[in-house]
This record gives sequence, C-alpha cells and structure tokens, in this order.
Amino acid sequence: MNAPEKKDSFRLVGTRPVRPDGVEKVTGKAVFGPDYKAANMLQGAILRSPHPHARIRSVDTKKAAALPGVKAIVTGDDFPNLEDAVVQMGEAAGNIADLARNCMAVGKVLYEGHALAAVAATSEAIAQEALGLIDVDYEVLPHVTGILDAMREDAPLLYEDNFTKGLDEKPEKPSNVSMRIQQTQGDTEAALKSAAATVTARYTMPPVHQGYIEPHACVVTWKADGKLDVWCSSQGAFNVRSLVATILNVEMGHVRVMPLEIGGGFGGKTTIYLEPVAALLSKKAGRPVRLTMDRADVFRASGPAPGAVVDVSLGADAEGKLVAADVEFRYSAGTSPGNETHAGLISSVGHYRIANFRVTGWEVLSNMPKHAAYRAPGAPQVNFALESALNDLAAKLGIDPLDMRIKNAVVPGDMTMHGTPYGEIGLLECLEAAKAHPHYSASLGPNQGRGIACSYWVNYGGPSTASVAIGEDGSVMVIEGNPDIGGSRASMAIMAAETLGIDYDNVTVTIADTGSVGYSMLTGGSRTTFATGKAVIEAAQTVIDIMRARAAKLWGCSVDDVAWSDGEARCTGGEKAGETLSIGNIAAKADSTGGPISAESSVNPNDFLPGFAVHICDVDVDPETGHASIGRYTAFQDVGRAIHPSYVEGQMQGGAVQGIGWALNEAYLYNEDGKLDNPGFLDYRMPVASDLPMIDAVMIEKPNPAHPYGVKGVGEVPIVPPLATVAHAVSNATGSPMRDLPLTPDRIYGLMQSKA
Amino acid sequence: MSKLHVTTSVNGDEREFLCGPGETLLDVLRDELDMTGTKEGCGSGDCGACTIMLDGEMVCSCLVMAAEAQGRVIGTIEGVAEGSELHPVQRTFLDHAALQCGFCTPGFIVAAKALLDRNPDPTETEVRYWLAGNLCRCTGYDKIIRAVMDAAAELRQERTPA
Repeated sequence: MNAPEKKDSFRLVGTRPVRPDGVEKVTGKAVFGPDYKAANMLQGAILRSPHPHARIRSVDTKKAAALPGVKAIVTGDDFPNLEDAVVQMGEAAGNIADLARNCMAVGKVLYEGHALAAVAATSEAIAQEALGLIDVDYEVLPHVTGILDAMREDAPLLYEDNFTKGLDEKPEKPSNVSMRIQQTQGDTEAALKSAAATVTARYTMPPVHQGYIEPHACVVTWKADGKLDVWCSSQGAFNVRSLVATILNVEMGHVRVMPLEIGGGFGGKTTIYLEPVAALLSKKAGRPVRLTMDRADVFRASGPAPGAVVDVSLGADAEGKLVAADVEFRYSAGTSPGNETHAGLISSVGHYRIANFRVTGWEVLSNMPKHAAYRAPGAPQVNFALESALNDLAAKLGIDPLDMRIKNAVVPGDMTMHGTPYGEIGLLECLEAAKAHPHYSASLGPNQGRGIACSYWVNYGGPSTASVAIGEDGSVMVIEGNPDIGGSRASMAIMAAETLGIDYDNVTVTIADTGSVGYSMLTGGSRTTFATGKAVIEAAQTVIDIMRARAAKLWGCSVDDVAWSDGEARCTGGEKAGETLSIGNIAAKADSTGGPISAESSVNPNDFLPGFAVHICDVDVDPETGHASIGRYTAFQDVGRAIHPSYVEGQMQGGAVQGIGWALNEAYLYNEDGKLDNPGFLDYRMPVASDLPMIDAVMIEKPNPAHPYGVKGVGEVPIVPPLATVAHAVSNATGSPMRDLPLTPDRIYGLMQSKA
Repeated sequence: MSKLHVTTSVNGDEREFLCGPGETLLDVLRDELDMTGTKEGCGSGDCGACTIMLDGEMVCSCLVMAAEAQGRVIGTIEGVAEGSELHPVQRTFLDHAALQCGFCTPGFIVAAKALLDRNPDPTETEVRYWLAGNLCRCTGYDKIIRAVMDAAAELRQERTPA
C-alpha cells in the first residue's frame, strides 16, 4: 500500500502513507468543535424564531435575567450597527451587515429558526430554562419559501428596499429578486430555430443541506484587556477572525482564532453563526461562553444550498454537434444575496464548445435560512438541467450520450465562460476513459438503467502562507493555516518531504492559530493542496537554500559548491568535495552559522486549473414501489496529479455519494406555515452504507504544469455530475424522463404510473 | 432538582457521577467524565456518532438516560485500543484512509468492533447493514467498508497486519 507508484519521478508523491492526525482520530482523542472546554466556562443557548417571517415588536428579557445562574443576555440591540461596514470576505458570503443580522435578528425575523436572543448561564439546563422566560412580541407577517412564489409580483417582501440588480432599467418596485445576470454569445434564438434537433424542458430541485455530522460549536472569551480568543471548528480560522472582528467592530489583531478539528464542512463552515453571539455574551458575563447548535438548529438555521428552477433549450445539428443553449436558472438564496448565481453561470455550458448561448441567472430571496456554499457551490443545479437535456438530445438524435459529449468537449485552448482559455485540461481523457471502461459496456437486466453525465468546476488558487522550521535535532515542522478537512496534513507532509528529500515520517504538520502564522484563505474552492501546497514547497525550497549556505560556511566553500540531494547537503567542489551533511548535522551547528533555520512563504497563485468529472451509474428500479437503488457507480476525474491517491479517491467517492443523496433522497421540505418539516437525520434522509455499492474511482492524472507536483483541485467537482447521472439512469430504467429532484419512490412510481 | 448518584464501569474503570434525571449518558460521558471521543451528531439516535457498548450491546448513548448506567458496564472509543496498541479496525481505518474529517469515526469503530466481535466473517452486505445506523458524510462509505472487511480478515488471521 505504501510503495511509490511513480518511482522514476517521485519518492513520495503518489504514495499512501497514514495521515499524521490519524491515530488521534481513530482513538477519539482529536478535539473537534463541540469538544473544547475553557476553565470557568458558561454554557450559552439561543432563542430562535418559531415564525418564518415576523416583525419583532419587543423582546422582554427581565424574567430570564432574574433566573439564578443566568449571567448574560444578548439581543440584536447589542450588536454594533454595521450598515456602512465593508469587509474582505473571500468566498464566504456577501454583505457583512446581512451576516451579522443572520447571527442575530434585528427588527425582523426572516426564517423559522432565526436567532433573536441568547443567554449564558452556569448550566445548559438553566440556559434553556431562561430561554423559556424571554417574552417576544411578534407581529407575524406573510411568508414565502418557494422560488417561483417568491418571484411573483404579489409575493410577501422580505425587504422593502430590495430592487433587482442587473436589469436593463432599475425597477420601480421592490421585489424578492436580488439579482439577474446574463451572458450571451452569438445568436441563440436563430441557432435553435435552425437546429436539426432540440430539447426544451424545465428542471427543479429543492434546497439541500451540506449534512456535516459535526454541529456548529464555539467557545469565546472576551478578555478584560479587550482581546478575544475564539475556539471553533471552521473551514478557515482567518475567515472567522475577519468576520468576528468586523461584526464586533474590534481590531483584527485583537481576535485570535484557534482552529479545532473540523467534523465536515463541504462549504457550510465557510461562514459564522455563533461566534459573535458567544463573544457578546462573554463580554457581558466576563467569562468564556460556549455555544452549540443541535441538529434541528443546524437544519433550520445554517446554510442550505440553493434550490433551483431551471429552463433549458438545447439544440444540435444532425451529427450531434451542439449549436445553441438557452439556459435560464433561478436560485433560492434564502434571506440574503451571495455568490452562487455567478458560479452557476460560469458552470453552466462552459465545458462544451457551443457557438451560441444565452445563460440567464436569477437570485431569489425567501423566508429560508441564508444559503451557504456547498461543494462546487452553484454548479450542480444548473449542471443537472443542462446534462439532462443533453442526454435527451442525444437520445433524440440516436447518438451515444458519451459520444455526444466527446464531439462537443472543450480541449486546451478553448475559451472558458469567464473569459480565459483553458489550460492543460483533461475532459476528453475522462470521457474516453469512461467510454473504454467495462462498466459502460456491461449488460443490464430488467428494470435497470444506466446514466452518465459530465461536469466542470472552476477550482481556485488564492492566498496562502506556510512556514517550514528545522528543529535543533534536524526534525522538520510545517506550519500552515488551513484546517484539515480530509487529509490535507498528509498531502502537505508528502510535498514537504518530497521537496526536502527526506522521509514522510520526519515531517510534522501543525494547523496554526491566527496569531501563529500568516494569512491563509479558507479551506475551500478545492484550493488547499494546490495553493497552500505551493507555499509549503516554496518554504521548503527556501529552507534548502538556507541549509546549503550553512553547509558552505561549515565547509568553508562557496555555496555554489553545495548541492542538495537525498535530504542532505553534498559538497561538490574544493577540498571537502564528496562530503555530506545531514539536516541534523546542519541543525546542530545552526547557532554558530547564523541562528535558527526556518522560512515562511506567502503565495497567491492564479494558475490553478479546473476539475472535470464524468460519472456512470446503474440503478435498479423496483416497479412495485418506485424505489431506485444504486447498483454500480464509477467516477472518472481529471485530478491533475494525486499527491495522496487514497484521499483523492475519497473526495471522488464522497462527492459522488453526496450527489446521489441529492438526486434520490435529500430535500428541504417546507410546509404551508413556512416551517421545515424534516429538521433531523431521520427525515432528512442522507445515504447510509446499505444504500450503496462500492464507488469505483478512476483517477485521470493530467498534471497541472504550473504546480511543482502537478496539483489541480479535486474536492468539489465530484458532487456535480451525480444529479444528472442518477436521473438519466432512472429515466432509462423507467422510460420516463426524471426532471424534478429528489427521485423519491413516490415520485418515480407516479411517473411510471402516468406513463402506463 | 436533586441529582442522582450513579456508579458504573467505563472501559474497565469504576466511575461515579452525579446527573440530573433528564441527562443522557452521552451528556455525562462528554461533560462530566470528559470523554469527548463519543460524539453528538444528532441527539436523536439517527447518526451513530455517539455509539458505545452497554453491557455488551451496541447503543446510541444519546438515547440512554445517564441514570440507567447504574451498575452497568460501558465501553467507549477511548477503550478500544489497548494502551498504545491499536485495535485492528483502528489500524485498517488508517491504512485504507477510511476517514476524512474523522468526526463519525469513533462511532464507526465502536460499531465495527461490535460486529467483528460477534461475526468474524461478515459479508460486504452484512457490514453495510450493520453500519447503516452510522452516518458518514465524507467518504461515501467505500473505504470504511473495505477497512472493516480487511480488519475481519486480519482477525481471522487470513492476512497479517501491514
């Protein structure tokens, strides 16, 4: 298992060593968000709105404050007014004032579960009892949750001052539509009219949740000197720092965020919910305060991915060459605008060569929690529609759906939708590997169907810092700032050890707090192994240069006569030629050659490359119940080069299964009262082990020439194709097109019956 | 409200604690006994992150009242390894990269060990159904299933540890 797979070029890249944090995690010792305790800590609790939309006339906390054991109470009035605040927020969210009001409502509650008051007390039981003593006078307002309902002219408005951005003329009346964006090329209408075959259809899907198993939790202490310590699990401690500091109007350097182990995020932990509330409670109480969400809070009040209504018209010539795509999608953003509509647009048709397209995106607000990023945020919804239409079009033309994609796939040099040419991408290689795979030609039995789809995700680079320090005994420490959400410590250790020419086991990796290492953007955008990896490699190279100079000093030779190979300095000229010095030798004499040896590197690379994935799925549909089960699943992906192949496969398998859940089971179910009917794992049914077969992960390694070890991002794109892949398989098994997710047994059964 | 005094055995050690009548065994393990290896993912018995052994039976500790632990024998993730010697399931989880975030992992390992203690030669289907009460959102279960099958083979001495 541990043998290098490319002995000729690398010693360690491509091997599968045990992750550095592994033993702590299989023995229960790793400290996750809800595990942390501070001395003399209070337990907090949050009062959440039972109404999806209401004006808060008053909040009376007197009785709660009088309860013995209650030490602090916070409401929206305790938050600084943020109307004019501007903040650099990475990809986390939009407007800082929206984010603050999502942590604690001001004036109105906008969804069931919206926080509006919080208590800190000497025990959880007292905190909960105190919540029951808070009197809130609500003026209940009409609500709206569905996308098309929220777009209606007579829909209840979340904000009287929201005017749709991006229209040709500024609208006269406010609405729930926050934004419209459009990108066009060529003459779509004319091309559709002259196409040999077209498909036009509407596709819908409800919001879904990221479904991380670890609920949000934090401990915050606002110390007497005005500085704050925050312990929490998140996808980025620096992101938490900037959001907390900005919302609370304190200096960024006064907020220190300690990253705890993170129990899953998938984009959902790129934002904050609890930290500013715990901070304000702590400030009032003068003690550390812990806040935790329970699972119902997580569902009701943390970010679902947008639901969508997508219309597609797709046209091709008789040979299957795509000539035009008209895509209009509407995404539900919950209570405030975000980034996903833009991401949806650039993910829509850019993986095919299409001369004429018109892609229009609408972002729609409604009385649901503020949406949060979910793995390739914005891509799966529009991809489901486009790929489903493409499968129908291929069927209409009598062309194999993989051949249809091979005819139209983008290749290096073609243009992306965001206006730069594609670099060394491997979409065609993925499609050809899928075509040649035995899965694609395996026979199918009765009630079985096979589906395929293909997808693109942009990936990201972004700023990262890492340092490499040499211990007095020659041991090597990598210090970085990106939470390890799926094995990234292992990939950092591999890249550092590969660069330095030493053993994997000689490197330790620390995820440092915000006071201990320079800035890194959060773990997200499939960027960490790529961008932070570059910083680690660069810092390791600098450390090699320092050690060569130290060796030159010890040998009394020119640094040009010191080579670095196999983890040691080698003298190549002068009287010491042929001698070597190990890292340990050099470290032992560091004090006499210039002091401690370390280097920090900060990078901001934009030479990342996108990810592509092609999935094949077989389903069995039970004709008596309409239940679809996954019989076989194979995922192909252009992964660049896999640093630790097991964790790359893991991303592909995990992403595929999240997508299978999205396709078959998962949905936010709002009832007529605007309340979530399924805020628990029993009714929000995520895939379990018995639902699934093995997920065959086929890595297509086409290295990124801009990364020393060829890394492309791998984490996000695998969630994109399963929606259309599974729907295609069910459509083929039943003979009925599947255009509305999730494909629950009752829906499939109904479609089968209506066809019969 | 007066507290209940409970004496119980946890991973072979006698432990005493005071608990409220509404507290769960999971609350006490995590907050009173500082054994945070057992996780809370849902509090309703749907995710398996809080899986422990109670008198030899696999249970969700969020569904057991703390007071019920009186006189019982509890096994948690902290007791699966013998000192620094990992149980084969723990080792195969590492070898197969069967964890990504690692939050569900303690529950899976306790559950998998419970399976292998009673059935040393499970089929893949049996493993999948036995673990169907444990949610993992990261891995898609593939590598978890392989790790458990591999640990079973090792325990049957059909393979030697890597």
